[in-house]
Amino acid sequence: MSDIVKTLHYDVDPKDFDSVGEASGKTKNVLRQLGFPPEVLRRVAIAMYEGEINMVIHANGGTADVEISPKQIKITLKDNGPGIPDIEKAMQKGYSTASEEARSLGFGAGMGLFNMDTYADELNITTKIGVGTTVEMIIRT
Amino acid sequence: MQQYFHSVTLDSDKCKGCINCIKHCPTEAIRVRQSKAHIIKERCIDCGECIRICPHNAKKAVTDSLSDIEKYKYKVAIPAPTLYGQFETVDDINVVLNALKAIGFDAVFEVARAAEIVTLATKDLILQNRISFPIISTACPAVVRLIRVRFPGLIDNLLPLLSPMEVAAKIMRKTSIEKTGLKPEEIGIFFISPCAAKMTDSKEPLGTSKSEVDGVIAIKDIYIPLTKAINKLDKDNLESLASAGRHGVGWALNGGEASALTDDEYISVNGINNVISVLEELDENKFRNIKFAELGACTGGCVGGPLTVENGFVADTRIKSLMRKLSKYTMESNMPDIRLEDVLWTSKPEYFSIMKLDDDMEKAMQKMQQMDEIFERLPQLDCGSCGSPSCKALAEDIVRGKGNEMDCVFNLRKRVQSLAKEMINLDENMINFKYEE
Repeated sequence: MSDIVKTLHYDVDPKDFDSVGEASGKTKNVLRQLGFPPEVLRRVAIAMYEGEINMVIHANGGTADVEISPKQIKITLKDNGPGIPDIEKAMQKGYSTASEEARSLGFGAGMGLFNMDTYADELNITTKIGVGTTVEMIIRT
Repeated sequence: MQQYFHSVTLDSDKCKGCINCIKHCPTEAIRVRQSKAHIIKERCIDCGECIRICPHNAKKAVTDSLSDIEKYKYKVAIPAPTLYGQFETVDDINVVLNALKAIGFDAVFEVARAAEIVTLATKDLILQNRISFPIISTACPAVVRLIRVRFPGLIDNLLPLLSPMEVAAKIMRKTSIEKTGLKPEEIGIFFISPCAAKMTDSKEPLGTSKSEVDGVIAIKDIYIPLTKAINKLDKDNLESLASAGRHGVGWALNGGEASALTDDEYISVNGINNVISVLEELDENKFRNIKFAELGACTGGCVGGPLTVENGFVADTRIKSLMRKLSKYTMESNMPDIRLEDVLWTSKPEYFSIMKLDDDMEKAMQKMQQMDEIFERLPQLDCGSCGSPSCKALAEDIVRGKGNEMDCVFNLRKRVQSLAKEMINLDENMINFKYEE
């Protein structure tokens, strides 16, 4: 077991579309200072950003927690949103239930979960309709 | 150990130790210690922001002087198109090029023409599927240096082509040897530059092992002799030296490179802080439909360069007016003898991890922990009075062994207050002692 040395916590604010990406951006800067290789920074930033967007579009925001150890980075995104009715469908490339408003802002291409799955080594989703969703991603270095 | 050459340097006598430069440096590369600014060499990208902001003119760019051309038997000027917009009376590019010959150059070749070659080469790379999107322009050396130290994930997106300056120098080295029969080292090729980073680029090029540029002369240093020569020229008997069209000349302006290449699916961004925020977003894959990103460190493009004389916005208008006169032109006609392979990079810039706190990740994590603790004890006002650009930067400097918590004026004041209290207590105790006696 690798020791967890550094943890980060962010609140993802649903009211401000402009601030989406703050948590992933700040996480990237921390990883850069810790000396993680470029390719790890990129995977974490992309996977986490997708998760952040999803929380804002579908779930009225939530929290993002990051646990950093030299061997892996674990990202936990937690929301109290509507839950995902059909995970298998949601994982498909191009599938989206985003609102017109979100689409008008350039989101809703249906790449969110697909990208998370692509860039993370492990992706675990726990969801309950009407209660919320927890997305856990592990990126190994 | 890597040696760093920098064009941007400090004139220590002029520096008053104020904090203007540290607050404006986009890479947090400057600290004030012992009342003088110090540039952290590894972090400086030679963007020239500090040259612009310093109220005491203590920041300067090291460049060559016009007299340096005398070291060579055959003297070649390769002017940046930005030069054309510096003069109020010039309405023909040939006037500027003839004036360059009048002040001592034997030959002149427009970097604007070389820019068109770069555009054509970029089109070839795209056609041949040899490059992945989004392509990031490599024309601005400050941006390429920024990417190398801060956005390693984007190194593979860099356009792997020599800059127009380098292409122009390469063409002129070859044609000058053919024309004069001189040895390569007897020919001096001088870039007339709006930009400090180009000087660095000629000393330590990225993408190639050695630059063909022998010297870089600042536009502001050549402005007066050139203006005098322009006034003296016989405008009715000019030698025809111009070879670039409007696409190439337009490279001086924001969006010039991108619009020469494509009509849409591009972004052109100027101003170093805008560039940084766009790079952050590119790095996170946020722009899904962008194929080409032209990024320039200076506001308005190269016309806003720190080594220019004329206001960048005025120069922008002048260059647009010169471009209109060049409209009937195709880039492909009368191509110089140069192939795609001649303008390709021969090496890829390597990632310089200057941000990491320690080579050992466990130690880096410990340092980050300390940094966070120190940061919590700082006032978090980012006043800069300690000589570091922000409280976060001071915390980082302290864990790197390059700062002290008492550098913070607020912490120092608290400490002085508590010492004063201690003195008073001590004094009172002494009185009590005397009384008991």
